[in-house]
Amino acid sequence: MTEAGYNFAYLDEATKRMIRRAILKAVAIPGHQIPFGAREMPLPYGWGTGGIQVTAALLGPQDVLKVIDQGADDTTNAVSIRRFFTRVAGIATTESTGEASIIQTRHRIPEKPLAENQILVYQVPQPEPLFKLEPRRAETRRLHALADYGLMHVRLYEDIARLGHIAKAYDYPVMVNERYLMSPSPIPAFDNPKLHQMAALQLFGAGREKRIYAVPPYTPVRSLDFEDHPFRPIRAPHACAICGSTTSYLDELVTDDAGGRAFICSDTDYCQERQETPKVAAQ
Amino acid sequence: MTQLSPGFADPVLDAQASFRAILDAMSRPGRIQRIAARITPPAPLCTAAGAALLSLADADTPLWLDAGAGVAEWLRFHCGAPITGDIGSARFALACGAAPSLEALDVGTDEDPQLGATLILQVAGLVAGVGWCLTGPGIQNEHRLRVLGAPADFITAWAQNHALFPRGVDVLLCAGDSIAALPRSVTIAEG
Repeated sequence: MTEAGYNFAYLDEATKRMIRRAILKAVAIPGHQIPFGAREMPLPYGWGTGGIQVTAALLGPQDVLKVIDQGADDTTNAVSIRRFFTRVAGIATTESTGEASIIQTRHRIPEKPLAENQILVYQVPQPEPLFKLEPRRAETRRLHALADYGLMHVRLYEDIARLGHIAKAYDYPVMVNERYLMSPSPIPAFDNPKLHQMAALQLFGAGREKRIYAVPPYTPVRSLDFEDHPFRPIRAPHACAICGSTTSYLDELVTDDAGGRAFICSDTDYCQERQETPKVAAQ
Repeated sequence: MTQLSPGFADPVLDAQASFRAILDAMSRPGRIQRIAARITPPAPLCTAAGAALLSLADADTPLWLDAGAGVAEWLRFHCGAPITGDIGSARFALACGAAPSLEALDVGTDEDPQLGATLILQVAGLVAGVGWCLTGPGIQNEHRLRVLGAPADFITAWAQNHALFPRGVDVLLCAGDSIAALPRSVTIAEG
């Protein structure tokens, strides 16, 4: 039963049309940030207002929604967004990556490869990859227009000169279709290779910054690097303490006051699935 | 006074389903999607073109069209879109007859390429798997699409449009209840 007094999926139809037009242009210009009139949502900025508005513009009664926060289905942010859409759209939700038609995510890409009939919606805090190097929005717009990304190359080079490696473990900048520099949102650099040639459509929504951008399916996405310092996704050199995975992205847990540590899969659905299929776990 | 045919039976869910079909078409250029909503727009407007405008056009999007007074009245009533005679200022252009030159449409600017217009081009038919060879974002290897009744020299005009990238015009091809899209990012070769 959906909440009375609200339009389907919360947003009014004029807002949905505006967001839908922005999404279509975003898909036509991969990696380019499209300004949109983000609405005030019933939760604060930083809790996924951009992603929620994109999801609301997409959702239909047939959709099955999965929401993850840092890979987990059972954290406050994920649970409350799923509950929100259950209340205002009456749609089905799932924790299974394979069963979802729309997956809204905060800071992770699921371990399980996505299919063509799925859409991945990212919650984005800061859509502008150059923001920390050039805070003037008018200037970054010009740099994108000219495809002038020297600033970012210099920043990565300075890391190498000072530290010997590129010290960026998350929100690692990418080139989309060799044209636009894009922030992949604060996903770990470990997830960057999954952006490349993904079968599913990827949409990015930034509520506070009022920007929507997209990576269409099967689009080349290259993490910036140098010939002599190639991009290397970083992963903790451990196996998951629960399912034993040696390939998934791991969270580090502090287990006691004596310096005890444990590493477990960040993707809870992936970990769960491996626990339930012992054969896979044994491999 | 002429009788105005209705728009979407369910304005919320029909618009949503139509949008998802258009989004699928735009994300996978050259693949043909079906519009499920049952509408009977005035001739010569087809279901797909009618549904695209009902779900995307409104008071914020000046609309240029060549489909006659009946269609203009229908769209003005159901979408509330201002009808403009100046194609260069239109956000959406609807071509049911001879297609306007892509150059005549707004292609946006280098800083704001999203201001490039969307051309809704009504054609005689769409056939997948044969014809033009499409490559680019959204396409794994290549998609093939035959457009029956495509404007003459469209491929040359498209190459010029594509060369403007990121500026440019995006095209929705509509025939009956079928829809396919040509985002500006796509390359078309004669098949």
